[in-house]
Amino acid sequence: MLDIRDLTAAYGPVTALDGVSFTAPEGKITAVLGANGAGKTSLLRTISGLLRPTRGTAYLADQDLSRVPVERMSRLGLSHVPEGRGVITELTVDENLRLGGMGRADRAKPADLERIYTLFPKLADRRHKTAHVLSGGERQMLVIGRALLATPKVLLLDEPSLGLAPRIVAQIFDLLKSLVESDGLTIVLVEQNARSALSIADFGVVLNLGKLVVHDDAAVLAGDDTLRHAYLGF
Amino acid sequence: MQQFLTTALSGLTQGMIFAAFALALVLIWRSTRIVNFAQAPMAMITVYIALVIIDAGYSYWLGFAAALLSGLLLGAVVERVAVRPVEDKPHINAVILTLGLFIVIHALAAVIFGSRYRSFPAPFGLSGFKVGDMNIALTGFGVFSILAVLAVMLLLVLLFRFTNVGLMMRASAFNQEVARLLGVRVTRMLTQGWALAAMVGSLSGLLIAGGNLVHPSYMDSVVVFGFVAAVLGGLDSPIGAVVGGLILGVSLSFVSGYIGSEVVALAALVILMVVLLVRPGGLFSHAPARRV
Repeated sequence: MLDIRDLTAAYGPVTALDGVSFTAPEGKITAVLGANGAGKTSLLRTISGLLRPTRGTAYLADQDLSRVPVERMSRLGLSHVPEGRGVITELTVDENLRLGGMGRADRAKPADLERIYTLFPKLADRRHKTAHVLSGGERQMLVIGRALLATPKVLLLDEPSLGLAPRIVAQIFDLLKSLVESDGLTIVLVEQNARSALSIADFGVVLNLGKLVVHDDAAVLAGDDTLRHAYLGF
Repeated sequence: MQQFLTTALSGLTQGMIFAAFALALVLIWRSTRIVNFAQAPMAMITVYIALVIIDAGYSYWLGFAAALLSGLLLGAVVERVAVRPVEDKPHINAVILTLGLFIVIHALAAVIFGSRYRSFPAPFGLSGFKVGDMNIALTGFGVFSILAVLAVMLLLVLLFRFTNVGLMMRASAFNQEVARLLGVRVTRMLTQGWALAAMVGSLSGLLIAGGNLVHPSYMDSVVVFGFVAAVLGGLDSPIGAVVGGLILGVSLSFVSGYIGSEVVALAALVILMVVLLVRPGGLFSHAPARRV
């Protein structure tokens, strides 16, 4: 579904991503792991166009994404939930969600919004409050719900577990798993929390200093002691 | 009693005009973090367009509409052509740019329209009402000014609160990157924001001009008051701009009526200082206090 070929990107003279290639298959979760500064966030930013590749490209189905403007990505079916959650705290919960429905090819129906509220009853309770009042876990639910409203084929998630209690992380990961099963969503999940990520992922990719080190089944990665000690820290 | 009422009402009218000007500054600051020093001359030149149309024998309202429309256009053009290249540069570049525009537009107006004083008509009477044996200083044009600014504010609230475009404009103002990821064409929203702001600026220019003399720097004194009003309310808040404008207009009117018109500018700065000492972010800022 998402095919990444020789993707290379840099911040000025600093190479952030160095010839990374892998495929995230349709209806599966691919976890992208690695230490701080390994290039995980840069990988997602380059796929969604916030950072332009200096070489290589990403294909969504058969569409070359390297020249598509960021604003068009969601209409093509690619949603990127950035690091630090990306809730617009000045807007209400409802407005945040409605924004999600604007960047899609067709028009969002009221029923789509209601589906998200059924999925996350806590958001429904606070529909007309500013998103400022939400807890960390609720904010994560809000951005995932907002991304879903864009009806993506591929969802890029950057550290959804960041700063959340383990119980909430488990809840959110369960939800992701069920979305993959119900909607046939393809997820690329960037995580520091390798153990949790591998527990729901089908495949895992390990990055180190911008280069791809391993790409294998999640179960294989979780069982590889040397790899775990060297790169994943658990 | 009569003086009190007169002072309050003329302050209210004045305050509404300050509010419109402050609103124009706030709309631009919110979306692009730029203080548009060129707001006054931009409004001024569109008022000249109205004046040309009215002097050619067409109706006041045609001129009025033309000024608002050319404000809309001018705002969009200025953003596209001049501001866009400095948007991601250090803030000082944008400051110098709008100051430069201030001078350039001034000079252009003087070259095109001449720098002599010309009188600008008003569509309504300029004398006060009489209730019983009391003269009320609220003129027909004053009432029109208040209503016009209120109508514009109402339209802006409707636009921002209840339309998709308004929501997208607000999202772009608060978080450009997230807005782009959600498929909002942020650059287009910024252009529209500038266009709207310039139109509101033109409205304030028209209201100041009505029944007065117009020349290339007739708006310049409003810059100070409009800016003070915007900062009073907290540069980020449209409601703040309106309240700031009203507070400033009414209090300056009292200062001018009871103390003397020569201390008005001084009083504006004193009000600004006091408010900023008590609430550094302005009256309506909701920036969270820094936690230590």
